Amino acid sequence: MGEKIRLLGKTNKHSLRGLINYGIIVVFFAVITLLKSAGLLTNALEGQLIPICAYIIMALSLNLVVGISGELSLGHAGFMSVGAFSGIIVAGAMKYSGVNANAPRLIVAVIVGAIMAGIAGILIGIPVLRLRGDYLAIVTLAFGEIIKNILNCLYVGVDAKGLHFSVTDEAHMDMAANGTTLVRGPMGAVGVSKASTFIAGIILIILVLFVIQNMVNSRTGRAIMAIRDNRIAAEASGINVTKYKMIAFVSSAVMAGAAGVLYGLNYSTVAPKKFDFNTSILVLVFVVLGGIGNMTGSIIAAAVLTVLPELLRQFQDYRMLVYAIVLILVMIATNNEKIRALWKRVAKSFTRKKGGEVNE
Amino acid sequence: MSNNPNETKYVEVPGPGKIPERDKDKRPVLEASHLGIDFGGLTAVDEFNIAIGATEIGGLIGPNGAGKTTVFNLLTKVYQPTRGVIMLDGKDTHGMNTTQANQAGIARTFQNIRLFDKLTVEENVKIGLHNSIGYHLPSAVLRLPGYWKEEKKAHDKALELLDIFDMADLADVKASSLPYGAQRRLEIVRALATNPKVLLLDEPAAGMNPSETEELMNNIRKIRDTFNIAVLLIEHDMKLVMGICENIIVLNFGKIIAKGTPIEIQNNPKVIEAYLGSQGEE
Amino acid sequence: MLNYLISGISLGSVYAIIALGYTMVYGIAKMLNFAHGDVIMVGGYAAFCAGTYFGWPAPVAVVFSMCICTILGILIEKLAYKPLRNATSLAVLITAIGVSYFLQNMALIIWTSNPKAFPNMANFIPSIIVGDITISSTTIITIIASVIIMIALTLFTSKTKMGKAMRAVSEDKGAAQLMGINVNATISTTFAIGSGLAAIAGVLLCSAYPNLVPTTGSMPGIKAFTAAVLGGIGSIPGAMLGGILLGVLEKFAQAYISTQLSDAIVFAALIIVLIVKPSGLLGKKIQEKV
Repeated sequence: MGEKIRLLGKTNKHSLRGLINYGIIVVFFAVITLLKSAGLLTNALEGQLIPICAYIIMALSLNLVVGISGELSLGHAGFMSVGAFSGIIVAGAMKYSGVNANAPRLIVAVIVGAIMAGIAGILIGIPVLRLRGDYLAIVTLAFGEIIKNILNCLYVGVDAKGLHFSVTDEAHMDMAANGTTLVRGPMGAVGVSKASTFIAGIILIILVLFVIQNMVNSRTGRAIMAIRDNRIAAEASGINVTKYKMIAFVSSAVMAGAAGVLYGLNYSTVAPKKFDFNTSILVLVFVVLGGIGNMTGSIIAAAVLTVLPELLRQFQDYRMLVYAIVLILVMIATNNEKIRALWKRVAKSFTRKKGGEVNE
Repeated sequence: MSNNPNETKYVEVPGPGKIPERDKDKRPVLEASHLGIDFGGLTAVDEFNIAIGATEIGGLIGPNGAGKTTVFNLLTKVYQPTRGVIMLDGKDTHGMNTTQANQAGIARTFQNIRLFDKLTVEENVKIGLHNSIGYHLPSAVLRLPGYWKEEKKAHDKALELLDIFDMADLADVKASSLPYGAQRRLEIVRALATNPKVLLLDEPAAGMNPSETEELMNNIRKIRDTFNIAVLLIEHDMKLVMGICENIIVLNFGKIIAKGTPIEIQNNPKVIEAYLGSQGEE
Repeated sequence: MLNYLISGISLGSVYAIIALGYTMVYGIAKMLNFAHGDVIMVGGYAAFCAGTYFGWPAPVAVVFSMCICTILGILIEKLAYKPLRNATSLAVLITAIGVSYFLQNMALIIWTSNPKAFPNMANFIPSIIVGDITISSTTIITIIASVIIMIALTLFTSKTKMGKAMRAVSEDKGAAQLMGINVNATISTTFAIGSGLAAIAGVLLCSAYPNLVPTTGSMPGIKAFTAAVLGGIGSIPGAMLGGILLGVLEKFAQAYISTQLSDAIVFAALIIVLIVKPSGLLGKKIQEKV
């Protein structure tokens, strides 16, 4: 009997943590909707809503690799760009063939973008996941740069006969005169017909949270975390290391691809440069500042750190400098041994005091 | 089964060694013949020949650096042998990796404890149960009935296994915050959870006090009797080795220098020499 | 063909000098110092100011730039990395990125984003013209400098007391400390040397590509890091080999395949090498102890 109660208590604890995350997203949505209807939302902030959703998904998905699977990836923006560009091409082609409604274009684009990013994840994962630690980090960085480079050379157009691709220039696409150019090399996607909405972003975040949280609390998630904690012991316990690393890596790529579509279909032009090493690092900073493996932290860090630079726009020159200094100080404050010990002592004395009060 | 190992009768079987008489109708669960490994020209283990009966408790002893853990690493395919054959329950393990060897029926603990530190005690055991939990990722993500049923089954099984060591009440504790002795016991439970045919224990009593060691000895016997599996253990605590091992293999400089029952080993001059150094050197 | 080879070796030599800094710091502190590329940029600006604003002769400007970078390297290590000596590698990596942002934005505030025309600091010797091949003075100086640095570093690490201490610390920090080696001083020295080399690399890089902006160091930094990994991170000859191979590959890719795809080809080469040899060309294989 006591056992059953304990089991119940435990399940509740797990799902409670998950529910908090859904709750945060719902509250976020409600607050924004209220502000909007009250006319209190500035244009600048409103323009940030969809990027915020996209970055939250990016942070959550990267946290799956960095926090749950314990692998350092420095090329996450690469998957975002694969998703963004495939989504833009699909949405553009659909528009060209007469599908004008945004919802079906967005849904198909998200699915295609996620699948393409997943395929990229498999192709990259096969060689990369054999490597460990810092080597894996540098190779994911290299892959991110390769994807950016290839997209820089990509020209895509659509005409009555279908899609046309070229890696040299627009003329080589063999497109009919009445066709539309969708992707123009280094200039990126041009004339994108926007299809992303805030509500779509919220739905995607909830979907991503649902998949990650249910995955983590399952045999798959346990296997992934076991490999993170001790690879050799996991192998000796019969866990197929490559398989589970791959599941985490590819799932994460799929989610980043979806985030990319959401992001890409929010702007009329999207350059490949937007998804470079700095973007990968930006997302990694969200994950680290939010707390490695902590999904709630990732959501908050991604949202706050996406909005903050916009709010600090008047400090133009100094905001990035301040950001850098704050980043360094936060890392030292949370990771220095002495400071951490100090935190612990403060926390301990605080709880002891509280306990004393209860006794009185 | 006899509780006094010194009375175990051994029989010759075709293959690399003897097994207990009571196991003679069953295939030896583990056989290694002419097993050896070189590290960059240096021979670490050579001509290692053993057979372990289906319910035998064997001991692997030897001075520090004799190659005992290397043998475990070979048997569990952490290292790929340079020479020789390892048959696991009649199957050749050639070409298997550690994961496949475990799935074929060999489980182990580690000399330097290797737990999944950030997971709870129960989750650690559930990793051992991983391959016997029958649902896939989609039903986990969608929380289908299969997920709930199998998770419940795994939970019950995990607690049942933890109960062997009276650890069920620690199920929700983080593995890293367990005391040292409990960590060693958890490793054994996790290994047992993989449903092995042979269990390798690398210094299970290290760091334990005499009463804990006594309890461990009883538990090892209990595990063998309940699960009907073979146990091979590395240990420096001679009281434990002589107390529960039916057959002892002595390793020195990577080679077997003696095999036999505890009494035979205790009186073997070669073993005494290996442990104490030859009289002439003094 | 020969032209591309020479310009490739020249570019590769710059990568090699930067990669030496990466590899030494990695070997000793086991950290990916992403701010290293930005130290190059600071070195470039320091030399630029000395040459253009103060009107100092090239050799003095180079020495000045080296001093600035050495001090900067030591400061960065003391203020940002030292408090994180026992932290996770991810925490150190993010801090290094913070330092990188800091340096770039500091440069942006001081020198703005307008490109500065860097004066050629290598033209105190003449260019060599053989047939229709011209070897510029920058190329000659770059290659000579990298060879001298390589020899000096090899001698330093194998012959001097401090060099041996560095090797000891990179093998086993704890054991080195027990042997009475001052680990903190050794790490500081490593940063100082790495940063001093970065200054030289900055001057050479800017002499060859005279457009100086606050992000000048980023891409060469990443490429040099790639070179260090390609050659086997932690290995001095590996960094040299990796740098030169990468430079030559990049120039050939630009000439014969595609200018736009040359970076992709360089990075693909790294991946292929790591798949075949996971610890790089001259790196040591590390077996995890069970």
